[in-house]
Amino acid sequence: MTHEGATGPVAPTLTEVVTRRDERRVAPRPVGTGWRQRLEIVMFVSPALALMAVFILWPVLSAVRMSFYRWKGFGPMDQWVGLNNYRLVLQDEVFTDAVMHNFTIVVLSILIQLPLGLGLALLLNRRIRGRGLLRTIVFVPYVVAEVIAGVIWFQLLQPQYGVVDTVLTNIGLTPPEQGFLGTPDLALPTVFVVLTWKYLGLAVLLFLAGLQGVPDELYEAAQLDGASWWQTQRRVAIPLIGPTIRTWAFLSIIGSLQQFDMIWVLTHGGPANRTTTMATYLVEQGTERGNYGIAGAASVLLFVIAFVTAVAYQLIVLRRDTKVDR
Amino acid sequence: MRSKTRRAALAALCAGALTLSAAACGSDDDSSEGGSGTTITWWHNSNNEPGMGYYEQVAKDFEADHPGVDIEISAMAHEDMVSKLAAGFQSGDIPDIYMERGGGELADHVEAGLVRDISDDASEEIEKIGGSVAGWQVDGQTYALPFSLGVVGFWYNTELFEEAGITAPPTTLDELGDAVTKLKDAGIDPISVGAGDKWPAAHYWYYTAMRECSQDVLSDAVTSLDFSDPCFEKAGEDVETILGWEPFNPGFLTTPAQEGATSASGLLATGKVAMEMQGHWEPGVMQGLTDDGKGLGDKTGWFPFPSIDGQSGDPAAALGGGDAWAVSDGAPDEAVDFVKYLLSDDVQIGFAENSMGLPTNSAASGSVADPALAGLLEVRDAAPYVQLYFDTAFGTSVGGAMNDEIALLFAGEASPQDVVDATQAAADQES
Repeated sequence: MTHEGATGPVAPTLTEVVTRRDERRVAPRPVGTGWRQRLEIVMFVSPALALMAVFILWPVLSAVRMSFYRWKGFGPMDQWVGLNNYRLVLQDEVFTDAVMHNFTIVVLSILIQLPLGLGLALLLNRRIRGRGLLRTIVFVPYVVAEVIAGVIWFQLLQPQYGVVDTVLTNIGLTPPEQGFLGTPDLALPTVFVVLTWKYLGLAVLLFLAGLQGVPDELYEAAQLDGASWWQTQRRVAIPLIGPTIRTWAFLSIIGSLQQFDMIWVLTHGGPANRTTTMATYLVEQGTERGNYGIAGAASVLLFVIAFVTAVAYQLIVLRRDTKVDR
Repeated sequence: MRSKTRRAALAALCAGALTLSAAACGSDDDSSEGGSGTTITWWHNSNNEPGMGYYEQVAKDFEADHPGVDIEISAMAHEDMVSKLAAGFQSGDIPDIYMERGGGELADHVEAGLVRDISDDASEEIEKIGGSVAGWQVDGQTYALPFSLGVVGFWYNTELFEEAGITAPPTTLDELGDAVTKLKDAGIDPISVGAGDKWPAAHYWYYTAMRECSQDVLSDAVTSLDFSDPCFEKAGEDVETILGWEPFNPGFLTTPAQEGATSASGLLATGKVAMEMQGHWEPGVMQGLTDDGKGLGDKTGWFPFPSIDGQSGDPAAALGGGDAWAVSDGAPDEAVDFVKYLLSDDVQIGFAENSMGLPTNSAASGSVADPALAGLLEVRDAAPYVQLYFDTAFGTSVGGAMNDEIALLFAGEASPQDVVDATQAAADQES
């Protein structure tokens, strides 16, 4: 706006600028940049918009549409059932359990990965021997494709023949008979351990980046005041990377709610449905069982749950980062 | 304005390129025959030799006898074919000839008008195949010709059986229990089951249900979706009896059926367990899971599911299923002719000789080379009826719910009554 104003001989007031712009809009044959600029915007944006429409908007809308029909995946979609699919999904214990599993992963991620990630980041932020190597080791699992990591862990966790069981047996412990993934009560914790192994790297990376942004002067000042290393971290470093932590938590929550790949590879939602998530439920119902209506309803519910959680988090937690304080 | 013309020119160019490339493709097609040109598309899953080459030859022979017909073959891995077909059914773009597994799935395809009724065009072949075709009939009309039909039974390692002192394959449930005890005493894991994939576990329930329920009750249940007969609960109790022996490989709840050396088939193929209940494809699967490509080799044995004391079902009835060639709605008549040709004596004999499956044309029964498969074929042909796998017969939705609950039964988290209730609940959704 100031730029436009500067083109006039006398700097115009704000209202003048606005009216002038309006005049320009109604001018019969604009010689200037108005329509051309708009055309440029349209041309630059439309490919992306078209892709979004085709690959995001259209599938989303067809999932919503599907959720109101009984449809087997082929033939005409003409059996309107209203909200019945939603009723079926919400009454299905497998789905409500799946929601619980998702939120268990959300809570455990925050409770376990946050302190662990923070601790590692603080440690790796110090000048210690082999820091680069350690950083790489922590970060590598995050770079490995989730499915590949899943297959590897599936092999490691094989009951009886897997590496984990062999090691445990050799040091005199008795691994669970059905294996860690096959014992209903151990399956979800085991999956969570693998997820932590996989995603801790991201937390550490983000926290390290945050810590690097903390000016050295602050550490020095704290040291001059006689603060110990631990006090410096607790009172100076951690509060300053608060925004990073809150952003990581946001990513972690959304990721946990959408968790699919790792569980699909490791347990397929089993044993006895103890590791189902909303995403595995809807894939199972859709592509495996041909209940596309139910899958559609479940996907809409997943969207609503994730959306509400995300908005609530934005409003309650992230707002303090975006509003200007101090 | 300028940009508009430019865009129009671009569009014209694209269209031109499309026409050109289409024309190029067209000329390619025509060059082979140059005649009237009927193209038949055919998808199958024999994507390894000798099957792939055999089918190519079969298609060539047919083309030679039918000038102007061009058969376009797509041989793909089974899983790829299944997902491509699923996508095809959604968009309505399916090949002229494809594989149908029958049962509820076929009934759905028929209802959606995707499959061609071949009852009249192939009446001769249908009669020749006989009772096996029932799984591919809907309301008395036939929609596909089964070309391979197998039955489920126990594949076992003859050497390990000997080692445990088992002299003859068990014929009753009690004898199976004894065999399990003997194997365990000899330090051998008796049975592997891929309960992680659910259906291998569900096969146990299917079989006990077939033993406990009379044929009338079963065929009634398939059509009316009514599972109130007490025999279905007894089936679950029998499975609980089997589970009580603790015969299965450690970790069976997450063991996959066929992928990798530690899958249920892998454990049998590598001599880690003594037996596994599986379909007729097992030898082929085991071959793929061993380094030497031989599977269990000449140690392979097979016996049918044992009978159960006091059962109402026919002890010789077999659980099975197979693949059939279906012709899609709107496919040319030549496609039906080709399917009929695929079921002819010659083609089925070659099919058997190449160990591609279990032929349904009795003329080819003698050509099955593998002794274990030949034994299986005897059981199949002697069976009063072959019950299509329940999950296939009932369709994915009811079948899936049924398999899920049976998997819970295996995990000790559902009762025999729960299996019946869950199946009934899913069936009630269908109506």
